[in-house]
Amino acid sequence: MADLALDPQMELNPPLVLGGITYADVNQQISAITEKAPPKQWYYAIAISSLMTVMLFGCLTYLVVTGIGVWGVNNPVGWGWAITNFVWWIGIGHAGTLISAILFLFRQKWRTSINRAAEAMTLFAVACAGLFPLFHTGRPWRAIYWLFPIPNPYLHIWQNFRSPLMWDVFAVSTYGTVSLLFWYTGLIPDLATLRDRAVNATRKMVFGILSLGWRGSASQWRHYELAYLILAGLATPLVLSVHSIVSFDFAVALLPGWHSTIFPPYFVAGAIFSGFAMVVTLLTLARWLYNLENLITVRHLDNMCKVILATGSIVAFSYATEIFIAWYSGNPYEQFATMNRFFGPYYWASWPMLLCNVVVPQLFWFKKCRTTPWIMFLLSILVNVGMWFERFVIIVASLHRDFLPASWGYFRPTWVDICTFAGTLGLFLTLFLLFLRFLPMIAISEIKGVLHEQNQQEKGAHE
Amino acid sequence: MSTSFLDKLSLPAFLKPGAEAKHYGVVGDFDSPEDLLRAIRTLRTAGFTKLEAYSPFPIHGIDEALGEPRSRLGWTVLIAAMAGLASAVALQWWTGAVDYKLVIAGKPLFALEPSVPIMFELTVLFGAFGAVLGMFHLNRMPTYYHAFFNYSKSEGATNDRFLLAVEADDPKFRGEEVKTLLESLGSRHTELVEA
Repeated sequence: MADLALDPQMELNPPLVLGGITYADVNQQISAITEKAPPKQWYYAIAISSLMTVMLFGCLTYLVVTGIGVWGVNNPVGWGWAITNFVWWIGIGHAGTLISAILFLFRQKWRTSINRAAEAMTLFAVACAGLFPLFHTGRPWRAIYWLFPIPNPYLHIWQNFRSPLMWDVFAVSTYGTVSLLFWYTGLIPDLATLRDRAVNATRKMVFGILSLGWRGSASQWRHYELAYLILAGLATPLVLSVHSIVSFDFAVALLPGWHSTIFPPYFVAGAIFSGFAMVVTLLTLARWLYNLENLITVRHLDNMCKVILATGSIVAFSYATEIFIAWYSGNPYEQFATMNRFFGPYYWASWPMLLCNVVVPQLFWFKKCRTTPWIMFLLSILVNVGMWFERFVIIVASLHRDFLPASWGYFRPTWVDICTFAGTLGLFLTLFLLFLRFLPMIAISEIKGVLHEQNQQEKGAHE
Repeated sequence: MSTSFLDKLSLPAFLKPGAEAKHYGVVGDFDSPEDLLRAIRTLRTAGFTKLEAYSPFPIHGIDEALGEPRSRLGWTVLIAAMAGLASAVALQWWTGAVDYKLVIAGKPLFALEPSVPIMFELTVLFGAFGAVLGMFHLNRMPTYYHAFFNYSKSEGATNDRFLLAVEADDPKFRGEEVKTLLESLGSRHTELVEA
């Protein structure tokens, strides 16, 4: 170990796979998690999360049979918690695609241990996000004709494609679909690994079908690698576009507090900020639960905390810019909206937002915070609390007081709002726990590739 | 043995009475990617052309060693992506400016600027489907049966073994000779595999 510390190369680039393990060890360690009974904490967690999921479906049923009035939404705040939660969940998804696509293009090898779980998180977050606008329409079974250009059998009518809300439908559904394709493509070689390890007929059949007859031949890898690279290339601009387009929902409107050109980059930075926080929350837990310290190393966690620090600083800078521009514009409505945010009726949401999004990520300047799992776990939760408040402040604090005092109001969530949101947390957690249980949470074939390179480098260093 | 006219048709082997027992080839397994690459280079120098390697992760430089060209997948993706772009323009133009003309806020019925987000999204969507489905097509996936799986240690290819197949349709293929050759190159378990 002393030699390692003295070697400057090693200190700058500590190994990504620890413990001198072989390809077969990697195979065994990751596959075995899906093959044996999960630890008892897993059962406690899924018991709670599936109860919350039941609560979610209960709330949604109640909403459908009663009407969206059961949520606190009304004039002037028609979007309330529904769209707050939608934007928050979509933002969380962004880290998965950033890790899987953008870090892949930049050849950041450390992404390998975390990309699979992060992509799964993306899919589940997008699923939770999608529920809110879908049920916000009140009649989801009819909404298909309002949201997608499907010939309408009842009315001769088409969508208004000049509206950012339609762009949003296309952006989010494309994002969900492409993320699923990317995730599944990445899974194929690992599904074949599980198929080849399977001892009982059911597992052999299920993974046999899912792995589509993958053999790992050089001719297959040739097309596969190019397909993966192209998907990464397509997903990179896509992930930047999705939250930009979500921000158009606001920026294109004339409402003070929304009508702002800074929104697209500001939303994308916030999305990556909150998404990385969620990845840290989930992976510090999974790493501890399944003893994966040798694969998800302190270096991985350290790097993720640095991304949170960087994007958190961009978010802080965006807040400062918004406040400055509100003053500098000389627009009284804009100035009022900004003052109202921090000193109006919703001050209680704005100050925690500033605390969690501006102050908390700055703690990651300290190495101790970037290398101690329980500290970063707590900080990452605070970041996501802060990001939820940010979405709430942008939507509710802007909508509740627009130009005319005659149309002002105050939004309060109902118990259905609260239970629906808590229910999506349960759904998200349930899906993630099932993923941990049944699919390889770390990309086995990619880790083997990294291990091979690492062995080559070590061999080179000794010669 | 007299050849029946059936042999001239492209039928599965079991329908051809005159056909001999077919072999997929000889498969050997190696400890490391370096051993595999060395074996491939030796066999290629010796004049073998129908080689296939199987490995748990993609090996850098293996396509050059096997003499495989670059994947043509990029063209599929380009065509799919352009189809997505065209369909986005057609969709927004036809629904907004032809089939259902509705003036909203005095804006033109169709213009390029507000159409850009959906043009972008459908380009990416179709492109991604092109990449995945194109890859499936080029790799003939799903194919649930392949003669390679008759090799008794085929599961090594998704674990920690690096396999090399010399296929039977190689003009230089002689079962036993190839087997000895692979063993001399470091193969741990060499087998003549049936088709």
